[in-house]
Amino acid sequence: MSERIVPQRTYYLVFLLLIALTVLTVGMSFVHLGAWHGVLGLVIAVCKALLVILFFMHVLYSSRLTWLVLLASLLWLAILLALTLADFLTRSWLAY
Amino acid sequence: MPAEPTLVAHHFDTLEQQREADTLGMWVFLATEVMVFGALFTGYAAYRGTHAEEFEAASRHLNVLIGGVNTIVLLTSSLTMALSVHATRVGRQRRLVTCLVLTALLGTMFMGFKAVEYYIDYRDNLVPGLAFRTSDWTERGLRAENVRFVQLFLLFYYIMTGLHALHLTVGIGLLIVLAVLAARGRFGPEYYMPVEVSGLYWHFVDVVWIFLLPLLYLIGTHTSLY
Repeated sequence: MSERIVPQRTYYLVFLLLIALTVLTVGMSFVHLGAWHGVLGLVIAVCKALLVILFFMHVLYSSRLTWLVLLASLLWLAILLALTLADFLTRSWLAY
Repeated sequence: MPAEPTLVAHHFDTLEQQREADTLGMWVFLATEVMVFGALFTGYAAYRGTHAEEFEAASRHLNVLIGGVNTIVLLTSSLTMALSVHATRVGRQRRLVTCLVLTALLGTMFMGFKAVEYYIDYRDNLVPGLAFRTSDWTERGLRAENVRFVQLFLLFYYIMTGLHALHLTVGIGLLIVLAVLAARGRFGPEYYMPVEVSGLYWHFVDVVWIFLLPLLYLIGTHTSLY
């Protein structure tokens, strides 16, 4: 983290957004959305995770080296997911 | 020459360089944690992709009320953790101890709710191998040979929430140590990195839960909170 002190107001604001998004995502699970439940649930989760990572974990104010480690971990996770799902989700394409 | 020889370890030139290394060290550890949980998320995604119907049916029987309340408890603990870092940096000693203790208490509260939830799951016959009836699920319209995928979902649920709870237990331990040290006046505007990097770990555990909520509790349309 840089030498900058993040003001408390930022923390409270991020917290309110996180609670609002949580109420929204739980509320949405009672609405008929079909296959959209999975997609919207993940989109909201990604928004909440970004808020926590950027503000609570101070990545927004951190050095490029911290960004590099974070992005590298996400890249490796993406490789893990992409190569595994490329197998599992395409098996039904073959008739056997 | 370093400005504060008591704070800067001999292998660092400046306090700022030392703080940079502390942050980097924790982030590299968290990158390995991403892979630990990533493997479970990948396994989950593979089977949810191929057995969506059974995963949805099983998810509907989890307790959304406790899951949702626990999410809010954990997010609140992240707020008090962030406020702990702020209190250290502006040198408010008593506020720091209060925020650290509050964070540990909220974490413990999460664990308490989780224990109650596991008990309710057991009572509702949602524990494969211990309390589980295939007939419950065939009556709900699933084919008998596919009920094993309900069990698979439930195992993902116990292993993922269990590993998360294990991380939270470690975090609560860290916070208790920090609170004791803070009460003895160890931390201040110059020396705040232990609070900062423990905060990184705590928030990471929070991020894992943020993804567990929609993936485990919120699949498909729900009709009741619990």
